[in-house]
Amino acid sequence: MRFRGRVFKFGDNIDTDVIIPARYLNTTDPRELAKHCMEDADPEFVKKVRPGDIIVAGKNFGCGSSREHAPVAIKACGVSCVIAESFARIFYRNAFNTGLPIVEAPEASREIREGDEVEVDLEAGEIRNLTQGKIYRVKPLPPFMKELLRDGGLIPHLVCKYRNLRLEDE
Amino acid sequence: MKRPMTMAEKILADRAGVAAVEPGELVEVPVDLTLANDITAPLAIKIFEETRISRVFDPERIVLVMDHFTPNKDIKSAEQVRICREFARRFGIRHYYEGGACGIEHALLPELGLVVPGDIVIGADSHTCTYGALGAFATGVGSTDLAATWITGRTWFKVPETIKFVYRGRLKPWVSGKDLILYTIGDIGVDGALYRAMEFSGEVIRRLSMAERFTMSNMAIEAGGKVGLMEPDRKTLNYIRGRAGREPRIYRSDRGARYLEVREYDCSKIDLQVAFPHLPSNVKPVTEIPEIPIDQVVIGSCTNGRLEDLAVAAKILKGRRVNPNVRAIIIPATPQVYREALRRGYLRVFLEAGAIVSPPTCGPCLGGHMGILARGERAVATTNRNFVGRMGHPESEVYLAGPAVAAASAVLGRIGSPEELGLKEEA
Repeated sequence: MRFRGRVFKFGDNIDTDVIIPARYLNTTDPRELAKHCMEDADPEFVKKVRPGDIIVAGKNFGCGSSREHAPVAIKACGVSCVIAESFARIFYRNAFNTGLPIVEAPEASREIREGDEVEVDLEAGEIRNLTQGKIYRVKPLPPFMKELLRDGGLIPHLVCKYRNLRLEDE
Repeated sequence: MKRPMTMAEKILADRAGVAAVEPGELVEVPVDLTLANDITAPLAIKIFEETRISRVFDPERIVLVMDHFTPNKDIKSAEQVRICREFARRFGIRHYYEGGACGIEHALLPELGLVVPGDIVIGADSHTCTYGALGAFATGVGSTDLAATWITGRTWFKVPETIKFVYRGRLKPWVSGKDLILYTIGDIGVDGALYRAMEFSGEVIRRLSMAERFTMSNMAIEAGGKVGLMEPDRKTLNYIRGRAGREPRIYRSDRGARYLEVREYDCSKIDLQVAFPHLPSNVKPVTEIPEIPIDQVVIGSCTNGRLEDLAVAAKILKGRRVNPNVRAIIIPATPQVYREALRRGYLRVFLEAGAIVSPPTCGPCLGGHMGILARGERAVATTNRNFVGRMGHPESEVYLAGPAVAAASAVLGRIGSPEELGLKEEA
C-alpha cells in the first residue's frame, strides 16, 4: 500500500467534533459527510483537498466521540492517509475497520510541513518527505491489525468466517 | 502461582478463559451487552445488512437508545430512527428505547439494571465507559466493531496498562465527583490515560454516591482512557439490587497488582472546577476565574443529568431567579429521573426560577438541538466536552462544570459558585 499527496497539517487533539460536527450526523451517506470534513478547524479544507492528499497531525488525533462518521468523512473527501504523533484509541480501531490507512509517526508528524509532498509506503514501512528529502521509518503494525488490513477490514474478515449464516443472494 | 493482576486484567483474563493476561496482549472475549444510539446504530445497521448475515448473536444483549437527536429534530433524524425501529422489530430486540420510555443511554442502562458488575460492555458511544462505576469493563467502539459483535457476540481488546488514582481527604463544600474528574483530567491531560485503564479508588470514592461515581467514570474517555473502573462495594450492590436481571461478577484488583502509575490526590485541597474552552483538561478553580458573562446554562447529559445533580441545582435555584440574560436549560436524564424530580418538587423550583425543563435528550451537549449557541455565545454546562463547535457555532464557547457551579452561574449571569449567593453548606 503506497500513497502520495500534498500535506494538510493540523495540531494536537483534533477531535471528532471538528472532523465531522454532530450537526451533520443525521445521515450516514459518506458523500454528504465528506462535504463537511474538518469544517470547524478549516472551513476551506474540503474545497482545497484533492484525491490522495495526506493529513498530518499532532497528538491524540480523533479524540472524543466514537462516531465512525469521522474516518468515513476523511476517506470520502479523498484523503489517502493520516499521519499523527498518536491517535485516540476508538478512532484508531475505527480507521482500520473502515479502511482508512493511518500511521503513528511522532518524528515525521512534527517535521512534515503544510504543503509538503509526502509518500507513505506501508509495505516498506517508510514515510518519505519528497519536499524536504527526508525518510522516516514507521513502527510495524501488530500482526492482528495487518491481518485485518489484508482481509480488507473487519467485516470482510467476518463475512468469510460466517458465510454459512448469510442469506442466499437473489 | 498466579501473578497479581489489576481489576481490568482480571476481568479480561477471566472472560478470555485464561489464567492471566499481560498488558499489550490481544484477547478475544464474549460481550455481555452491546449498545448503540440514533447516530451510531443506523451506520452499524447499514454495515450489518451489507454482510447479508441473517441473524444477530442474541437480541436480548442488544440495546438501542434513541437519545441524541430525539424527539426527532428534523426529517433526516426521523428517518435514522425509523431505520433503528425497523431493525429492532425485525430481530425482536426488546431493549429498544424511544419516546416516553427513552432516556439518555448511560443514565438509562444502569437505572434499568441492564449492566451489572463484571460485565463486558461495548457501546457505539464513547461514554460507554460510564459503567466502569459498576465495576464493568465497558468501553466505546465504532459502528463497525459494534456490527461485528452483533454477528459474533465477541470482540477483541488489547489488554491495557492501568493507572490508579487514589482520592483521599474530605471534600470541600459543594465539590462533587465532577470536580474530581475535571481536576484529574486537568492533571494528566486529554491524552494522559490514552489506551490505559483508569482505576478510581480511595476513601473519597467510597463515600461518593453512585451518581457521582457514574459522573467520574463517564469522563475517563476525556483523558483518553479505555475504561474508568471502580471496585464494587456495598453501595454498588445496593444500587443493582432490585434492578439487575443477571448475577454480578465481582472483580477487585489484587494486592501487589502492577500499575503503570499511581497518583494520589488530597481532595481537601480541590476546589470547584471549571474547564475552559476548548479542552476538558483546561481547568481552573472557580475561585481563580475572572468575570465571564454567560448566555446559557445546561444542566443534564450522561455526565450530570441524574436525580442527585438536579437536587443540587434545585437547592441553589430554590427561591432565586435565573439571570435575565441567561437561558437555563435543565434536562432530566431519564423518565424515571423526570418523574422523581417532579414528585420531589424540583421541577416546580426550576420553573419558578425561570429555567426551561427539557425532555430527556442528549440535545445541546453535542450541538444537536434544544439549546444551540450562536456565534460568540458562552455556556456553562454540566456536560463532558467543550471542543470547538461542540454546542453550536464554531465561535461559541462551552465551560464545563458540576451542577453547583452551573446552577449558581445561571443566577449570577456569570461563572461563579454557590458561595457567592451566600449558600454555605451542601449538607
